[in-house]
Amino acid sequence: MGRLRSLLIPGVDKQLLVRDAVKAMPDLARRRFIASGASFGALTLLTGCDVSDSFSAEDMLKKISKFNDGVQALIFNPNALAPTFPESAITKPFPFNAYYAVEDAPEINGKDWKFEVRGLVDNKKSWTLEELYKLPQVKQVTRHICVEGWSAIGSWTGTPLRDFLKLVGADTRAKYCWFQCADSEGYNSPLDMRTALHPQTQMTFKFGDEILPRAYGFPMKIRVPTKLGFKNPKYVISMEVTNDYKGGYWEDQGYNSFSGS
Amino acid sequence: MSSLAASDERTALTTAKVIQPAWVRIVHWVNAVAMILMIMSGWQIYNASPLFDFRFSSSITLGGWLGGALLWHFAAMWLLMVNGLVYLTLGFATGRFRKKLLPITPAGVISDTKAALTGKLSHEDLTRYNYVQKLLYAGIIVVGVLIVLSGLSIWKPVQLQWLTALFGGYDVARYAHFICMAAICAFLVVHVALALLVPKSLRAMIIGH
Repeated sequence: MGRLRSLLIPGVDKQLLVRDAVKAMPDLARRRFIASGASFGALTLLTGCDVSDSFSAEDMLKKISKFNDGVQALIFNPNALAPTFPESAITKPFPFNAYYAVEDAPEINGKDWKFEVRGLVDNKKSWTLEELYKLPQVKQVTRHICVEGWSAIGSWTGTPLRDFLKLVGADTRAKYCWFQCADSEGYNSPLDMRTALHPQTQMTFKFGDEILPRAYGFPMKIRVPTKLGFKNPKYVISMEVTNDYKGGYWEDQGYNSFSGS
Repeated sequence: MSSLAASDERTALTTAKVIQPAWVRIVHWVNAVAMILMIMSGWQIYNASPLFDFRFSSSITLGGWLGGALLWHFAAMWLLMVNGLVYLTLGFATGRFRKKLLPITPAGVISDTKAALTGKLSHEDLTRYNYVQKLLYAGIIVVGVLIVLSGLSIWKPVQLQWLTALFGGYDVARYAHFICMAAICAFLVVHVALALLVPKSLRAMIIGH
């Protein structure tokens, strides 16, 4: 606490300040904050200049992140393809990654599962796995890049999302395709429409020529090689075509929403 | 007439005494803030997936967790890049780089390194850099450019894939980015130590002379 004390401003109640800071944090960060014992970093992020009441570092950072969404949308070239690799370059074993252990990954019965399509689409019917498997599929070997920094090359096979959007008569002038997943905590993530229409954005049913295993998102994953890994939802159960920004599991906790590669 | 001439002379003298012009001082300190924010948030980002067998202590990182660190990193990058571009533009346009940093000769670097190590290098005239300073200041500008370019290639490995390819691909670019950071930290240790050893150089970077 000696270190902390010297950083704080005279006349400001330290305990209240830290309590406010912790309150302002997303759940996960709050847990880590407490676990790691109030690091200088966390304190700076969350209190910032908040104590003066006129300016908050956290608000400023959120605004800049929104600005960065715009910059990335501007940089995004809908025709630029993510580099592809030979099959020999595939990372083995391909890492499992989620905010839960692989034993806790959703276990979905492919026979009962249905893919629900909602929002600004002509045909709102739900799709069974059998129906989806009949759509034309393509294979791509691309690099998956995690927000944490590591990367791995994988082989994904499925239907280009833009073909499916056309098939269901989606309004492609809408801003987002919003995906919801079967995870117990309700993973979800918005995908901007221009990225949804990118030729490599895929409704994925196979990994390495095999039916998508449970670890990698059975029965369906959305593979987006122009986005960071967390924007590639697994165990997808529904898609809503919408103009509303509905947030996302990680996006709401502070990861940049566009997160384009 | 004579008093006018005298005051002109005095003006000329004070101008001549300016070691660091205002624009250099401003971009220097803005860069110092931007670099510290980038390095401390960068260490927190590194910790999410370390390249080597160590992590940075959370007491010296910024952001509290990966998401917070990324927010800081992608905010401070604008400060670093815009300020860096101003510095490069003015450095070339005013001829400061040419006047202060060139020429750098191997013989000059070797003799000045020897003089520095034996404590014989003079810091009498702060307006002129010795060869070791020239090499280090020119070198750190190159590293500054490389850290921004390798950072961009990690941030946009699809949109800027030509740049990522120049660095040898995404994974190699991460190492390049890390090595540039390490070079900047090493420079900082020497730079700050010498600024404290020669306080008038620090004064010149604050008030100009």
